Amino acid sequence: MAGAFPAVTRYDMRLAAPLAGFYLLFFIAPLVLLAIVSLYADVEMKSFSLAQYVRFLFDPFSLSVLASTLWLGLKVTALCLVLGYPLAWVFTRSPKWAQGVLIIVIILPLLTSVVVRTFAWIVILGRQGIVNNLLLSLGVADTPLRLLYTDGGVVVALAQVQMPLMVLPLITAISRIDPNMLDASSALGAGAWRSFFKVTLPLSLPGILAGCLLTFAAAITAFITQSLVGGGQMLFMPMYLYQQASTLSNWPFAAAISIIFLVAVLACVTLFNVLGRLARGHVQA
Amino acid sequence: MNARRINIGSISFSLVMGFLAILAVVLLVTPTIVVIVVSFTSSYSLRFPPPGYSLRWYAALGDAWQLQFAAWNSLTVAFWTTVLSVLLGVAAALAIARSDSLKAKVLDSLFMSPLVLPALAFGLSALMLFSLVGLPISPLTLVIGHTIVCVPYVIRTTVAALAQLDTVLLESSASLGASRWYSFRRITLPLIRPGILAGAFLAFMSSFDNVPVSLFLRDARTDMLPIRMWQDLEGKLDVTIAAVSGVLIVITVATLLVMERVAGLSRRLR
Repeated sequence: MAGAFPAVTRYDMRLAAPLAGFYLLFFIAPLVLLAIVSLYADVEMKSFSLAQYVRFLFDPFSLSVLASTLWLGLKVTALCLVLGYPLAWVFTRSPKWAQGVLIIVIILPLLTSVVVRTFAWIVILGRQGIVNNLLLSLGVADTPLRLLYTDGGVVVALAQVQMPLMVLPLITAISRIDPNMLDASSALGAGAWRSFFKVTLPLSLPGILAGCLLTFAAAITAFITQSLVGGGQMLFMPMYLYQQASTLSNWPFAAAISIIFLVAVLACVTLFNVLGRLARGHVQA
Repeated sequence: MNARRINIGSISFSLVMGFLAILAVVLLVTPTIVVIVVSFTSSYSLRFPPPGYSLRWYAALGDAWQLQFAAWNSLTVAFWTTVLSVLLGVAAALAIARSDSLKAKVLDSLFMSPLVLPALAFGLSALMLFSLVGLPISPLTLVIGHTIVCVPYVIRTTVAALAQLDTVLLESSASLGASRWYSFRRITLPLIRPGILAGAFLAFMSSFDNVPVSLFLRDARTDMLPIRMWQDLEGKLDVTIAAVSGVLIVITVATLLVMERVAGLSRRLR
């Protein structure tokens, strides 16, 4: 009789079969097809070779697009961490009512349409936008600055768009830290800064890595924000892929770009996961 | 002396953390407020602050049939995507939530992978598949593509809700002679309903806002709202977009507050 109990708390694995089948047909099969198409040597898709990969990996322009995309991801992630960590820290120390307000502030951007959020940045950074009006009226600048279509503009806009992905795991990680640890640290004579860098920061490392992974993955694939705030001058992987596939109808090369992009993202995800496992081991030890 | 040093340290620490946190809040909130304010402008430009205020751009929405058409398509696709995501996602979550087997872990990683992989690459690959098997681009192909990228939200929130479910309840129910289906309907389902609801809401919003998959899987007959808005913004800086954005923000804030109340949304996002 006792042996029968665990069975009622579990559900049959076969319940996952419909979704597994759906994924097999519409997720795995397309990705396999993408890999096959990337191996065609020409646009007419007649013969197979590694020509598309050679074309990408030996072309300084393509490589610079890949590099600037990953670099953009790093800058956005760093800015999100520098601003997001203090926000998460303040959140965990706020009274209940303030937490209720803050959490809405944090998750609202997550649910607002990406086009709307990006549109806001066009208004803010434009020639007649807030920043320029402020600078002109303060006499800091004589003529409106070009803020839109600049690297800094893209980084700040993306940081706002992706910030919730960084803050939410950080809140979880910081609120899990045993308050006794900090009490012990200050009782032993450590100041606020030292306690923060020696106790809080290391113990929240799993949350930092989880947040960085989500922010980074979202920032490098943020097609809309990259193209609208970056403009035509700056080219990143998603737009490069889209141009090749859509405007130029070069499917084999677009497929190769996709595969290279996928592999680059997977490599970063794996790196973050390995670091995350190490960090968790460190925290539990 | 020592106490004084600690004091200065803790004050400077609180100041720096507080300043950065306020900066983060300003960064998060400003865009939303700017869009709302500029949508009430009376001029043809996106000048901020606006030279005057009016409701003309909201009135202009009544004639913007392209935007209305795209909005209707987006709503329809988001609705069916949510239905499909909940049906497939909740069943899969039940199967993998309480299992420690390797199979369950592999399936969990597979089902979550669309969240981190570049959706644009998936959109292109889905277009390739549909054109290979000769399935023309239609609302159906959009719903299929959207479901792949939206179902992870349903699985995540449902698995989390199932993990909090006290198994003693199911054991007692079974020992009192309830059938599995009866226990599911009367105990499991009511307890995980907020989790499913939160997942369904996230799936709906994510489908309604989807660009990377729609970009490849729609055509002129199935124009989608975010893409229509994006193309309008690429071409000319149309103030009508500000009014659409205003409407979307108000709807988002309202549903967010409702979902926070009925499903504890923010707890389920962490």
